[in-house]
Amino acid sequence: MMKRKIEELFIKFLMLVATVIVVGSFFLIVGTIVSKGLPHMSLDMITKTPGGGFYIGKEGGVLNAIIGSLYVAGGATLLGLLISIPVAIYLNMYLSGKNVIANAIRLAFDVLFGIPSIVYGAFGFLIMVYFGIRTSLLGGIIAVTLLVIPILVRTLDEVIRTVPHELRDAALSLGATRWEAAKVVLRQIKPGIFTAILLSFGRAIGDVAAVLFTAGFSDNIPTSLHEPAATLPLAIFFQLSSAVEEVQGRAYASALILTVVVLLITVLSEILVKKFSKHKI
Amino acid sequence: MTQFPHISVQDLNVTIGNHHILKDININIPNKKVTSIIGPSGCGKTTLLKSFNRLLDNGVNAEVTGKVLVDGENIYDPSVEVTHIRKKMGLLSQRPYPLPMSIYDNVAYGPRIHGIRKKADLDQLVEQQLTATGLWNEVKDRLNAPASKLSIGQQQRLCLARGLAVEPEIILGDESTSALDPVSTQIIENLFLELKEKYTIVLVTHILRQARRVSDYIIFVYMGKIIEFGPTEEVLLNPKEELTREYVKGFIS
Repeated sequence: MMKRKIEELFIKFLMLVATVIVVGSFFLIVGTIVSKGLPHMSLDMITKTPGGGFYIGKEGGVLNAIIGSLYVAGGATLLGLLISIPVAIYLNMYLSGKNVIANAIRLAFDVLFGIPSIVYGAFGFLIMVYFGIRTSLLGGIIAVTLLVIPILVRTLDEVIRTVPHELRDAALSLGATRWEAAKVVLRQIKPGIFTAILLSFGRAIGDVAAVLFTAGFSDNIPTSLHEPAATLPLAIFFQLSSAVEEVQGRAYASALILTVVVLLITVLSEILVKKFSKHKI
Repeated sequence: MTQFPHISVQDLNVTIGNHHILKDININIPNKKVTSIIGPSGCGKTTLLKSFNRLLDNGVNAEVTGKVLVDGENIYDPSVEVTHIRKKMGLLSQRPYPLPMSIYDNVAYGPRIHGIRKKADLDQLVEQQLTATGLWNEVKDRLNAPASKLSIGQQQRLCLARGLAVEPEIILGDESTSALDPVSTQIIENLFLELKEKYTIVLVTHILRQARRVSDYIIFVYMGKIIEFGPTEEVLLNPKEELTREYVKGFIS
């Protein structure tokens, strides 16, 4: 059959083209960042906070934004996990008999997943006004936590759903309570939790809109939750808006730093996933 | 029935969704014997088995009416502590599902959640149950290795040891050898024969020869109803009911 062969070849060609486009864009983006950012990279960029005149091209670095971003993304992911793990467990271990409610909750999280981050920023800002919190690290963490919770819940939910029912039944039939059985399930999904953390952290560290009104910006490294904090995406945004060529170049250097941070986090979580897969059945 | 019934089922009906899975089940499972539940796929034999330790509560909207008395206590009475019921029964599922932890911790898991903490007591229990299931000599040098590293047959014996460690009175087996090779199957079958000295054993099986090899009594279930119940030889060789005869001869499956 000639037609089947042509179809096979055509589909294979389409897949190849799609893959080339995706991989090509990746290298183009990374290539641009590296080629534009590397000339402006220096040790100062990652070890110093902006000095006087940094934004007109004088000395300093973006350490404030690096630390700020790690605080915001790390804090939000941690806080998000503390909320999301119980939700995912509740959905799967306690509501499983009443699927209508569980599925309604899943739908709600799917909707939240699609809400633009500026809305979370605005909502976070309202919460801050209500509680009298000024633009600060805390405000940023709250807004970004709201942003990552849907990601964490849905990822953990999917991971827990891959755990065979029989494993849970095994624990229950030994006389375990549901929570004890849930702990067994959590052991099984430990690697999956790191995947969820990675996704959440990646989203959190790259987001501009959620932190715009909430975390503010500061040239100093925050020393408490109540101080405003800089973040790398905002630092990139501000520097890119500058008319000074040197500052624009530093925007690309900052982007390079952000990319490397994300890369390091990814590698680290891969290692942790391997480490914690030891007992997985 | 001469044996004192360990599990007594009275007018049990189970409905899941719109399916009336078990219909008017009345049965007395004899104490310290092996009883096999046989019947074609989808006839409700696994549901019947799971109704004994209330695992039907999980995952599905099962409606249960009637009584299941274990040691004279109705396990569907709302005041009954479900963990207490399940502790009385060890469950061996179709495929082994070791807990995601070490060999040692698998066996120690049950005793630990029921309050045994002392290392010496746990060590002794682990050795005792692994010996009872014939695993001790195979695993004693790697008790801290992940349970998932064992072969499937070994895993199933580990699951049995894990169940025995909570000192149950009843062992429920849901086609427990269906994923195993012939050698492992034989080991498990022989274990059942040894264990019936101390435990009441209920097995679901679709292998008639296995039912014949290991069981003292047979329950034949068809379309959610118990068609026949009696001593193994009688049910398999000289069935009273036409349906049983057809099933045993392989006419319905």
